[in-house]
Amino acid sequence: MELSSEHHENRLCLHAVGEMTIYDAAELKPALLEALGQSDEIEINLSGISELDTSGVQLLMLLKREAVAAGKKLTLSGHSPAVLDVFELLGLGCWFGDPQVLPTSATERRAA
Amino acid sequence: MNLDLGDALQTFFAESRSLLQDMEEGLLRLESAPDDAEAINAVFRAAHTIKGSSGLFGLDDIVAFTHKAENVLDRVRNNELALSEDLIGLFLGCRDHIERLVDITAGAAEMDADTRQQGEALASQLSQYMGESAAMLPVEMKDAVQCLGGEQMAGDAWHISLRFGRGVLKDGMDPLSFIRYLGTLGEIVHLTTLDDALPAAEGMDPESSYLGFEIRLRSNADKARIEGVFEFVRDDCQLYILPPGSRVADYVNLIEALPENSTRLGEILVACGAVTQRELDASLAIQESGSTQESVQPLGEILVERQVVQPELVGAALTKQKEARNRQAQEARFVRVHADKLDSLINLVGELVIAGAGVGLMAARNKDGAMLESVSGMARLVEDIRDGAMRLRMVEIGETFNRFRRVVRDVSKEIGKDIDLVIGGAETELDKTVVDKIGDPLTHLVRNAMDHGIESAEVRLSRGKPAKGTLQLNAYHESGGIVIEVLDDGGGLNRERILAKARDKGLIQAGDNLADRDVWNLIFEPGFSTAEQVSNLSGRGVGMDVVRRNIEALRGTVEIDSHEGVGSTFRIRLPLTLAIIDGFLMRVADSHYVVPLDMVLECVELSTCGDRNEGCDYLNLRGEVLPLLRVKDHFKLKGRSGRRENVVVVTSAGRKAGLVVDELKGEFQAVIKPLGTLFERIRGISGSTILGSGEVALVLDVPALQDEAARAGSSCATA
Repeated sequence: MELSSEHHENRLCLHAVGEMTIYDAAELKPALLEALGQSDEIEINLSGISELDTSGVQLLMLLKREAVAAGKKLTLSGHSPAVLDVFELLGLGCWFGDPQVLPTSATERRAA
Repeated sequence: MNLDLGDALQTFFAESRSLLQDMEEGLLRLESAPDDAEAINAVFRAAHTIKGSSGLFGLDDIVAFTHKAENVLDRVRNNELALSEDLIGLFLGCRDHIERLVDITAGAAEMDADTRQQGEALASQLSQYMGESAAMLPVEMKDAVQCLGGEQMAGDAWHISLRFGRGVLKDGMDPLSFIRYLGTLGEIVHLTTLDDALPAAEGMDPESSYLGFEIRLRSNADKARIEGVFEFVRDDCQLYILPPGSRVADYVNLIEALPENSTRLGEILVACGAVTQRELDASLAIQESGSTQESVQPLGEILVERQVVQPELVGAALTKQKEARNRQAQEARFVRVHADKLDSLINLVGELVIAGAGVGLMAARNKDGAMLESVSGMARLVEDIRDGAMRLRMVEIGETFNRFRRVVRDVSKEIGKDIDLVIGGAETELDKTVVDKIGDPLTHLVRNAMDHGIESAEVRLSRGKPAKGTLQLNAYHESGGIVIEVLDDGGGLNRERILAKARDKGLIQAGDNLADRDVWNLIFEPGFSTAEQVSNLSGRGVGMDVVRRNIEALRGTVEIDSHEGVGSTFRIRLPLTLAIIDGFLMRVADSHYVVPLDMVLECVELSTCGDRNEGCDYLNLRGEVLPLLRVKDHFKLKGRSGRRENVVVVTSAGRKAGLVVDELKGEFQAVIKPLGTLFERIRGISGSTILGSGEVALVLDVPALQDEAARAGSSCATA
């Protein structure tokens, strides 16, 4: 799991690549919270996420809730198939409220 | 999917293999008794558990395939489908395919086109048996509704409330995979993820699980199966399952039982479509008015009430708990130990025995009474340790025998003969190393017996035998060894054909007059095959000579008993262990020899006035003719003889012989060391051992010596 960030004016863009799973959760939590502290507007690009498990989902939910509580704006973008699969399974698309782009070919989505 | 679950995965592989074994046994049992409900259940349980565990690991291939097999099995279990021979064959094929998939996951095999094709072929065969499954659906639904009373909800889906324990993620399990797996039981109509338990940022442990789920599942599965999905986290999660058509009151009770705020839960249930807002309001009002009069209904009571509504769920849960407890208790009784550790223990015990003998010898030489006493105490303990250590390696032969059920089934299908396998003495124990090595020769003998021994059904009927052939595997203990028999009720060996073949090969002369026993032994000669017809069974690369060599390498013997038209018996005799034995030590000239104590019947003094011809001796032992073998002459030893000679009467394979030796030294624990390759071809010696004094004693190969004695005796008699 690698996290790279770049600033666009007021907005902080995070790019997450790799597996967002229990193995990285302990490192990921402070990294994400720190990023949240740096800016009022954050975008996390999930296009490079190859695997997402419960711990990853929890972290994203935690971050979203913290952001809302602090009056900040958190957007998730570029959902990868792995992320879409989990969000669909758990019905989280609306919870985060970010636009999701469905993959064009049905084969990219894993059969549930 | 990239999995790194190490140990858990290894456990899964080991467990799956043993479950597949159960499955095979169950299926083979079903073949003879298709109505055996217990066997059907065992097969179903095995398939179900494999599916469940592979679902946890995200092994989708295995889940998908096993799921199909399980569906058909379920129909068999519910008596919707009669169990035919074809179906059992199909299930066996499925079992093999699952095994292959497991092997592939374990990295032991590669996924290739063949495997994939085979899987598809099996799946399509399975789907034929699922043809009318749609028609079965209403029946199951009716069952579910019947057991409930009162005001029913319109919803036709199961409602599942799930709160995972904090430690689930740390235990290596991902709640997501349970939900994915739940999805294979039916269709998840609606799922709400609850983050109420998720603490604020500081207090949140990223490696704990906090999420809760409210799930609507449309499925034909019964409650036990849905519950089974969560079997692995049953102790570590809160799980509430409401069947389709539950009453509103049940949902209200559910709300009470769950940790979250009830208003919020009510909203979620409404969103799920479980209840309508109006129904919920009405019920909550009733509940509230009730609770003002009495105290708030405690959780336990709510649960009890729910149990009253769903007695079948409680029953299932209780049985499951009991099963799990039994299994745990059983597992606790066994410890897995690496075979190498056992081997090194046995080696050390062997050295201890030798060292102990050395100490004993010193004490005897010094005539130190106190020392002798403590040495004898120690010797007894060493003996116990030796026996205990040897017993650690003893395993029942039944497991090896059971493997042949499948062999017999497959081969009999292949060659179109109907053959029954009867197993006797499955509980007979022998050394693990021996068990491992006896498999191949045994397989060959079994295949041979089926292919060449048992006749075709027509021939059998014309000979007045039942059309169904019988193959028997027997094991029993006999004079310190184990005897394994392969019996068939076939045509027996053809004496004339064997003799003709032997003459062709130049193994015997035209005029030789051989006893049956010697004739049968000819088939063990290299390059000897009576089968004129080459079938694909006999071309397995293992000839009968290799069978004999394998058995002899285990210090065993093989003999044949055959009667024309009645059948043949292949009898393999093996020593119980290859490492340490109780021996009987004796001296001949300046050398020491050991024979296994179990083979010694008695010792008698050789009277000097007995009959005595050069090189050909026999003794009148209480009216019985006992062939004698002069060990000294046999090994061409020179040196001092005792004043008197003694005869050690030994028995093996039901034959007796006398060994003439100079001095009897008595019992001795012999740690058997193999002889080097240089001495491999010497007949009459099977190994060596070290005495307390450091001298080497040779272990006599009694059966081989008996042959010699008998041959000398018979040539003498004919002379």
